[in-house]
Amino acid sequence: MAAKHNITVGVTGLNNIDSPGPGIPVIRGLKESDFFEVRVIGLAYETLEPGIYMSDLVDKTYMIPYPSEGKEALYTRIAQIQAIEHMDVIIPNFDAELYSFIRLEPELKRIGICTFLPTLTQFEERHKANLPEYGKKYTVNVPKSIEVTNPSQFEKAVKELKLPLVVKGKYYDAYIAHEKSQIEGYFNKLSAKWGLPIILQQFIKGTEVNVIALGDGTGQTIAAVPMRKQYITDKGKAWGGITLADDAMLNLTKSIMTQTKWRGGMELELVRDANGKLFLIEINPRIPAWVYLAVGAGQNIPEALVKLALDIDVAPYQHYDVGKMFIRYSYDMIVGIDKFEQLTMTGEL
Amino acid sequence: MKIKNNIAVSESGFVFDPSTGESFTLNKTGQEIISLVKQGLDYEQILNSLLANYGGEKPLYERYLVEFFEELRNFNLLEE
Amino acid sequence: MNQQFERPTIKKLNPGMPSKHGMAPSFKPLSAIDGVDVESMLAQYGSPLYIYSEQTIRRTVKQFKQAFQMRYPKVQLAWSYKTNYLSAVCRIFHQEGSLAEVVSGFEYQKAIDMGVSGEHILFNGPDKSEADLELAARNGSFIHIDHFDELFTLAQICEKKNIEANVAIRVNMDIGIYPRWDRFGFNYENGEAWEALNRIMLNPKLNLVGLHTHIGTYMMTADAYRIAALKLTDLAVNVDKKYGHAIKYIDMGGGFASKNTLRGAYLSGEDTTPSFDEYAEAITTAIISSQIKPANMPLLILETGRALIDDAGYIAGTVLANKRLSDGNRATILDVGVNLLFTAFWYDHKIQPTRYIAGNPEETTLYGPLCMNIDVIRYSMQFPPLKRGDHFVISRVGAYNNTQWMQFITLRPNVVLIDTNGQTGVIRKAENLDSITMHEEVPEHLKNFNL
Repeated sequence: MAAKHNITVGVTGLNNIDSPGPGIPVIRGLKESDFFEVRVIGLAYETLEPGIYMSDLVDKTYMIPYPSEGKEALYTRIAQIQAIEHMDVIIPNFDAELYSFIRLEPELKRIGICTFLPTLTQFEERHKANLPEYGKKYTVNVPKSIEVTNPSQFEKAVKELKLPLVVKGKYYDAYIAHEKSQIEGYFNKLSAKWGLPIILQQFIKGTEVNVIALGDGTGQTIAAVPMRKQYITDKGKAWGGITLADDAMLNLTKSIMTQTKWRGGMELELVRDANGKLFLIEINPRIPAWVYLAVGAGQNIPEALVKLALDIDVAPYQHYDVGKMFIRYSYDMIVGIDKFEQLTMTGEL
Repeated sequence: MKIKNNIAVSESGFVFDPSTGESFTLNKTGQEIISLVKQGLDYEQILNSLLANYGGEKPLYERYLVEFFEELRNFNLLEE
Repeated sequence: MNQQFERPTIKKLNPGMPSKHGMAPSFKPLSAIDGVDVESMLAQYGSPLYIYSEQTIRRTVKQFKQAFQMRYPKVQLAWSYKTNYLSAVCRIFHQEGSLAEVVSGFEYQKAIDMGVSGEHILFNGPDKSEADLELAARNGSFIHIDHFDELFTLAQICEKKNIEANVAIRVNMDIGIYPRWDRFGFNYENGEAWEALNRIMLNPKLNLVGLHTHIGTYMMTADAYRIAALKLTDLAVNVDKKYGHAIKYIDMGGGFASKNTLRGAYLSGEDTTPSFDEYAEAITTAIISSQIKPANMPLLILETGRALIDDAGYIAGTVLANKRLSDGNRATILDVGVNLLFTAFWYDHKIQPTRYIAGNPEETTLYGPLCMNIDVIRYSMQFPPLKRGDHFVISRVGAYNNTQWMQFITLRPNVVLIDTNGQTGVIRKAENLDSITMHEEVPEHLKNFNL
């Protein structure tokens, strides 16, 4: 076997807790690469992110400022880290930081850090509030949605969408209203948190299925694995899932990839109704936390993403194992306070 | 005035209170004052030491010192 | 040797976990502005207190000019008085070379009063009286005509008094942005703008010098300006074709967003607001690539207000009280209300304590001191537990607050400027009872009463 290429990759999302970030699964994929020998630099926002203390996976961790402090602060810190670590690639894994990283792409490139992220247009276009237009533009089935800005619009919306319906915040959070009286409560809750408008969406009864995929930015699908969640926690997270053989889901994914020329990782959240029709509920513009299932099924998406970032040719994956399952578990690490102290006082571990 | 004796203060300015599990960080001046307290200096002596080190007017230091000790007290780090 | 003394601090560590979406906010204290201690300023000038940084104004103007000048040879700024007409602020802009952009007879008078000569004033807005128009015409100011009634009125005045006027028209247009600002100026698409230009060209007393537009406020996409600039250059080309008359300037108005976060916006305005470079690129590319002849390349005028002054203004204040609301949420009452911070109606302003506050941040509603339900500075934000008497600073308040402020229930406080040497001085004195009563007249029969 040819010698592996040594590279250094920065990874965020080390919050491997009950509602995990994708950082650790991404790193596991990278560490199992036959092509790369990866030194992993953890980039953490909080001192208790478990990945920081997983020294077999994360070689070194640095604290970075939250995106809410502005992208300048983030860049300054990353540049500092870069002077020491010479990272080749950064894989950001939080929704909230993507915007900053997308905008910092040219600056990071200048200091030698490659990323492989959707363009700003792609990122904006797939926002939940834009879903109806997205569906129309790319001929994808989406649930009927109505934007509302005040309670007087509920009556008409209920007539059109029927109950139950989904009440969604502009960016995050969703509730199912079974009765009309519940809509207003959710409306108030969501508008206080995320602002207006609120989206009322047709509730599609059916099975939730997901696809993890990687696009190369020219319309080609490099990897795609469909999955059904087998067990969902009270936080709505998959605790177990199984890969599916499903051409309809793969075709839908490829069609979206071809049309949008998506660049980077993505997760499609879909619902299949009783008639077998697929509805697109949401597009997550990044690798999801269950990415390691794809790796286990034969498609090392993190590795492929790093290759794309580094401009290395990647042949699209043609195959994955159907019927592979993931079952999540939690694990208590024992850590001395000296580690916590070092991280707190120096921002590195 | 005494810092509770089971409180660990490291050279980096990290404070750990084993009885509550809370941890804290000190800035440089905070560390300096804690070490003076640990050496057994009283309030007046600490004030004088700060004056000797930094110069300037006494009332300024008094204000900061009173506040700082108030915070230590709030955090239950002082032996009353 | 004396070392620099630093206030001793001890900070409790509150480890948290980043969530998928809600990123932890920052509670970094803001203890000094341009190196001047905020608490000392509050002690000296009272609370609440508006604070302006001269250094920030000058730096921002320079960055702004640079963004445009490196892309286009002829650029001129005009200071938008309505954004902030404190005399000291206007004068800084004039020292930096900005003309005056005014929208009322009062603002016009204020500019003249400060020593700005008539030919350095752009006169905008739908409300110019006949006296205003005549004065502006005689002074050689640039009158930006808003509607046909104004065009006819001005033509009559010039005819009757035998004077000439330098004019431009304000144009509104579809730039793919909502709401459309079609209430100001002449519409492009329906031919109104073209008709107005023809009438001006055919009137020997009216000298057509410019074209003006102002596409909206808080424009978050630079591309809208590109479309607007294209449409204006189109008009300029047509005027040249028909009359052989070169338009001297294109005035792209203002409306650039500042870095404040709009209410309900999820991402911080610090990151989402287009940079000066992006706006400049959009506008200058459109003009340069237009069909305007190279010899006739117009002067590019910008009336940017908010984006040039917002960052330079702060308001510092004091916590009056804390309480628990009936739903258990904490509320903190500040001595700064919407009377002083009108912009709280549309921004989620950044609010920081002046020093590190120990204790867990908590979901808090920040109220102003007025006896009105709408007096809310922030409906909900993670905020550390400030106590009565603790101080805070609200950033990016330089635009509109000192022009739209209200004298309601209480008096308006001092406004100070930190100059480029770090010296502070009052630029608008706190009001007193006289400031309010001096304009009142009491009828004779109301002078006495017995209670």
